[in-house]
Parts: sequence; C-alpha cells; structure tokens
Amino acid sequence: MTGVFAVAPALPLHTAGPYVAAAYIVFVALILIYVAIMARKQRRTERELAQLRRDLHLPDQVRPADERAPEGRPQTELPQERIA
Amino acid sequence: MTSYGRGLRGLSVATIATITVALALVFFYAPLDANQGFIQKIFYIHVPLAIVALCGFVVGGLLAIAHLRTGDRKWDLRSYVAIHMALIFGVGGLITGSIWAKASWGHWWVWSDPTLVSFLIVMLLFATYQPLRFSIEDPERQARYASVFAIVAGAFVPLNFIAVRMAQGVVHPRVLTLTGGRLPGSMGLTFAVSLLGIALLYATLWNYEIAAKRARMQLRRLRRAALGDDAAGALGRSAAPS
Amino acid sequence: MRATFAVLAKDLRLELRTFETLPAMVLFSLSTFVIFHFALGRSAVGGQLAAGILTVTLLFAALLGAGRLFVAEREQGGFDAFLLAPVDRTSLLAAKAAAMFLFLALLEVVAVPAFGVLLLGPALGPRLPGLIAVLALADLALAVIGTLVSAIAIHTRARDMISPIIGLPLLLPALIASARAAAPVFSVHGSGAPPGKWLLILALYDVVFALIAYAVFDFLLED
Repeated sequence: MTGVFAVAPALPLHTAGPYVAAAYIVFVALILIYVAIMARKQRRTERELAQLRRDLHLPDQVRPADERAPEGRPQTELPQERIA
Repeated sequence: MTSYGRGLRGLSVATIATITVALALVFFYAPLDANQGFIQKIFYIHVPLAIVALCGFVVGGLLAIAHLRTGDRKWDLRSYVAIHMALIFGVGGLITGSIWAKASWGHWWVWSDPTLVSFLIVMLLFATYQPLRFSIEDPERQARYASVFAIVAGAFVPLNFIAVRMAQGVVHPRVLTLTGGRLPGSMGLTFAVSLLGIALLYATLWNYEIAAKRARMQLRRLRRAALGDDAAGALGRSAAPS
Repeated sequence: MRATFAVLAKDLRLELRTFETLPAMVLFSLSTFVIFHFALGRSAVGGQLAAGILTVTLLFAALLGAGRLFVAEREQGGFDAFLLAPVDRTSLLAAKAAAMFLFLALLEVVAVPAFGVLLLGPALGPRLPGLIAVLALADLALAVIGTLVSAIAIHTRARDMISPIIGLPLLLPALIASARAAAPVFSVHGSGAPPGKWLLILALYDVVFALIAYAVFDFLLED
C-alpha cells in the first residue's frame, strides 16, 4: 500500500486543483445533461398532451359527441374531468 | 390515480441540503490527506458515485426478483429505473476514477487496479441491459427477460469483484477500507455525508424518473382509450417498460 | 431426468445428422489459431500467452456454438412442444447445458492437439492432465452461462449480437480464472500443476451460476 503512494507522491495544489475541479465538474455536468434530457422528454409529453387535446377537441368547452369523433374508430366516451 | 412524484419535494430538499453540507465539508473541513494531498478530494465524489452505482445495480436485481415473484409490472419499471440511474452514476464513477488515476499515477487507465477493472466489467455488462430490452418486442416478454437479466447481472456484481480482486494485487488507494479503519474521524465524517448525499440524489432521481415514466404511460393509455390503439402505436417502441 | 436425456439425445442426433454446430466450432478455432499466429507474429507460444490464446479461442468458439443452441427449438416450435409436455422445465436447461458441454469437450479433442501442433512451444503431452482439469471446469462455466445467455437472446430480434455482448462480460471472471490456471501448465520451464486457487474459483463460479441459471430459467420459458 505504502509502495503505491511512494510512486504517487502528493501533488502540489496548483497541479492537483484542475483534476479535482474536473472531477466535480464531471459530476455537475452529468446531472445537467440528465436534466436536459428530462426537459426534452417533458416537452415531448407536453406536445403530446396538446395533440391529444386537439384530437379530442377539448379546448371547446363542450364536445359535441356526434361528429367530432375520428371516423373509423369506435368512439370512447371519456369523462371530461379525467382529461382536463 | 396516485399523484406523480409523491414525496419528491421533501427528498429534493434533503438531497440539496446534504450535498451542500458535503461539499462544504469536503473543501473547508476535511484535512488534506497526508500522502495524496489535495487530489484526494476526488475520493469524496468518486467513491460514493461508484458505491451508489453498484448498489443500484444490485437493487435493480432485487426489484427484478419482486417482479418475477409477483408478476406485477410496476416492479419491472422500478428495476428498470434503478439500473438506468445506476448506469448514469456509474459513468460518473468511471470518469472521476479515470481523472483520479491520471492525477495520481499519470495514466488515464490503470489495469493493475482491480476495483477499477471490475467496475468497468460490471458497466460493460449492464450497458447491454437497454439493447436487450430494446430488441424484445412483446412488452410482457421484455419485462420478464429484462428481470432475468437483472437478477443474473445483479448476482454477477459481487462475484466479479471477488474474481478480479484475486487476479491482481490490491493497488487501489484504499483511503477508506470497507471497515473504515484507517480513516481519520473528520475524513470519515465527510465521506459519510458525501455518500449520503449521493445516495439521496440517486433516490431523488429514481423517484423523478419513475414519476415521469408513469406520467407518460398514463398519457399513452389515455390516448389509446380516446383515439383507439393505432394512435398510441405511433409513439414508437421503447426500451423502457410500458 | 428422463426428459433431460430425451432432449439431450435429440440434440445429439440432430447434430449427428446435420453436422451444423460442431464442425463450425472446430473450423472457427483452427482459423483463430492461424489468426493469432499472424497477428502476434509468433510461431511458438508458451506460458500466459499460450493459456490466453487457448482460452480466448475456446471462449469465442463457445459463444458461436451457444448462438445455435436453441435455434431448432425456436424455428420448429420446440419450445411450445416442450411447454406442453408434463416435465420439469429445468430439464431443458440441464439438457442444453449438457449438450453444450459435450460439444465443447469434442471441440477440444480436436482443437487442443491442433493448438499443440500449430502454436504451442513446449510439448503438449506431459501438460495434458493439468490442462484437462482446467478445461473441464472452464467448459462447465461456458456451458452453463452459454445456455443461459442463449436462452435470453433467442427471443430477441438482434440475437446474434445480444448473446455475445451479454455473454462476454458474464464469462470474464471464468476467463480470468482459466487463463491464470492454465498459465503454469503451459510454462516453458517445465509443466506446473494448475494453481488450486484458480481451480477453486472456477469451480465456485460454475456452482454459483448453475444455481442462478436453475433459479431463473423457468421464467425464460413461460408463455
């Protein structure tokens, strides 16, 4: 054990500083990258939610049940409050 | 429907507080290491990252056991997120370890250090987790096979460490042995707080990721219910549990 | 037990009739020896290098064979037939691992003498007993983990790629142990016995992974 440290003498502060800084920057950068990726996913979720609202014509307060349903699919009635 | 990210706020606050305290302790309280000097400060970020990553892999395996036992897919989601987060933490552990190796031995990579090498092997194994999931189409089978993989790989973690350690002499700077024996009290305290901070960070991100995934799953379900099955299919296949 | 032998007999008969897997593994190993000769620029190797070349070659050949292990089952509905039969599911694991072990043993009957002729500097003859002990334990690890990985990969789209990328890291400890155990056997200065430490590790690895495979294999068949 001591043999290892004999090969690796203590670095003076001005040499060691950048390495220590780099290690902590890596840590912060990883978190930031993660947050950025999650933010992108969040935006996608929002976009899909908006799309869903458009598809269901939700911005109109009352949805006329007859003609707004996309054709060719069995229409499923969703209670408004579950989506809003 | 339960709320997304329940308890996330408390967890986040605790994480931020602990990490702040840990950083303060690292740079203003812990003494300089007698042998390594300032460079030893990397130890307070590198070792907790690596330990938390390894524990995350093992926890992923345990959660996978729960999935196979109960057949409840929520355990698969938890296991998936545990491994996913552990991979991210593991990358951090590898990079910081590499920086430390460069600073103290002059090389970015040191084969003579069994801990570093076995960590790399574990990372290589778990890096195949997502490709494996991705290449199984049927969601039910994907969950089951991923759990089998997680159990096997989780059990592999300690085995691998034993095997690699025996293959090489112990060269890792054992600033902290597993018993913590030779560490001065102040450094031990700093390390413990750092470890706690990283573990809390892991828990926070795990929770956050689960909340995000569940929100997306719910969105997909709503789409399917409202627009029919083909609308939801357009979102594409994913390696994540669905 | 009877189911295990039935499946094993089926696999061996299939191999005897088609000669699909074993000749490919043998040819692959021989080509790899040639490749090592040119890549290393050495006509005779010994010690750790010889042990490494032999174990790596066998490892890759084993992965090649493992990739074929469940193909017949998948393509011809053997999985369904097996699940319908009132037998213990782990008998399939046992049968496949046994088949894999036999394939590896037969491969080595050809590949090890070929290695001795083509690449090995020191004489092979006196080294055989020690080598057989190492290879038997290594084959067990290759057979068990190869079967497990193959069973995981068989239902994936990219199975030809999935099984080696999962298998290689899982087999690394076994590779370490067998390469270290075989090194003194191939030593240029007279043959030494394989170190008991590494044989023990290899044996423990075999046992632990056999137990793990036994525990999880059921879930790979459920449908």
